[in-house]
Amino acid sequence: MPTVSFTSALQRFLPAPSAEVKGATVGAALAEVFASRPALRGYVLDDQGALRRHVAVYVNGQAVRDRVRLTDPVGPRDEIYVFQALSGG
Amino acid sequence: MENRLHVGTRKGLFELARSNGVWEITDVRFLGDPVSAVLADAEGSVWAALDLGHFGAKLWRRDRAGTWREMAVPVFPPKPEDSGDDPHPWSLGKIWVLEPGGAPGRLWAGTMPGGLFRSDDGGASWSLNEALWHMPERRQWAGVAGGEQPGINSVLIDPRDPSDIRIGVSTAGVWASTDAGGSWRLINRGMYAEYMPPKQRDNPIVQDVHRLARCAAYPEIVWCQHHNGVFRSEDAGATWREVTAIRPSKFGFAVAAHPTDPDTAWFIPAIKDERRIPVDGKVVVARTRDGGRSFDVLTRGLPQHHAYDLVWRHGLGVDESGERLAFGSTSGGLWMSEDGGDSWTMPEARLPPVAAVRFAPM
Repeated sequence: MPTVSFTSALQRFLPAPSAEVKGATVGAALAEVFASRPALRGYVLDDQGALRRHVAVYVNGQAVRDRVRLTDPVGPRDEIYVFQALSGG
Repeated sequence: MENRLHVGTRKGLFELARSNGVWEITDVRFLGDPVSAVLADAEGSVWAALDLGHFGAKLWRRDRAGTWREMAVPVFPPKPEDSGDDPHPWSLGKIWVLEPGGAPGRLWAGTMPGGLFRSDDGGASWSLNEALWHMPERRQWAGVAGGEQPGINSVLIDPRDPSDIRIGVSTAGVWASTDAGGSWRLINRGMYAEYMPPKQRDNPIVQDVHRLARCAAYPEIVWCQHHNGVFRSEDAGATWREVTAIRPSKFGFAVAAHPTDPDTAWFIPAIKDERRIPVDGKVVVARTRDGGRSFDVLTRGLPQHHAYDLVWRHGLGVDESGERLAFGSTSGGLWMSEDGGDSWTMPEARLPPVAAVRFAPM
């Protein structure tokens, strides 16, 4: 099963432990995490369900292509990492 | 109850209390996080809206017992497929102003990108005011200071009738609802926008209303610090007369209205948009006590040499007595007055840039 991990910068605001999920896309994987931790959703996604402008999601070290509908596929051994996009110094 | 002041800054929320005549910081929360709005309500709760750079807008509430909890934030509904030409995002940018709604558990939140939200359950849930959001004219609302998003900076509730509401928008003039938000009208007449092309100068919707303040005891009296002047209305925001006596300059962001005297208000003038600094490097407060016919320029206790403090829209506050005032600046200055602005003192602190100050009701 793919794993979802969150930056420690997020842990400052609320618990965001790593989780193993079933989803076949980035969106489905994140949705599974948010189902059990609803407060986390608004920190990662905007009101329309797209990635927040300054949040990055990588799958196995590569930035996801679809930041709006989160349709990038994920496989059983993939690692999804959610972190803050660095902007400025 | 002690006198308390809440100060929202770029780097956290500061609470000050006054004891033995001295204001001191008694609590610090959200250190490092930008606070975009603050409210202390009559039920004893304190509200802090955060504008987290990466992770969005958040809302926290401290209950009477002193416990902070994260509350729901306003969320925009799904954007319909056929709204493609809407120039504004359907996603919360930040909460810009929070006001009590005049009924138990009711709160209004004015936001960027221009959504007005209401909670009737003490912030547990929010609903977008759809009537305002779906007005075709909203697509003409302009962004603030070159940004993409317009913002609701002021929400005025008539203390006699909580269904009677005025909002001030940067940049879209003054809007009114007399049915608790069921319908809205753009009402302001008499303002002018000197930055617009001549034919647009008097158009109500292009007026950059920086901030509105209403006299609680005479709610038909409303003051406006506008982008290019100070205006006063005696009919709850429908018609406006320019207050030309303001000095040392007519630009500024903040205004505070005396809670019981309809002729008294305070402003913090600055050099206008090209530079946005105090005139001659002197921080001053302009006070009228005669409905805007004349102003005192108050300087006692304020820096008068090489001071470049700017005070944002929500950075000036007055308490229920009308005697106690506070303002905070972009340079982290914080000044307090106990005598209606005649003299000012600075608590022992160098704060981060101040976005908002709010006195707790007594």
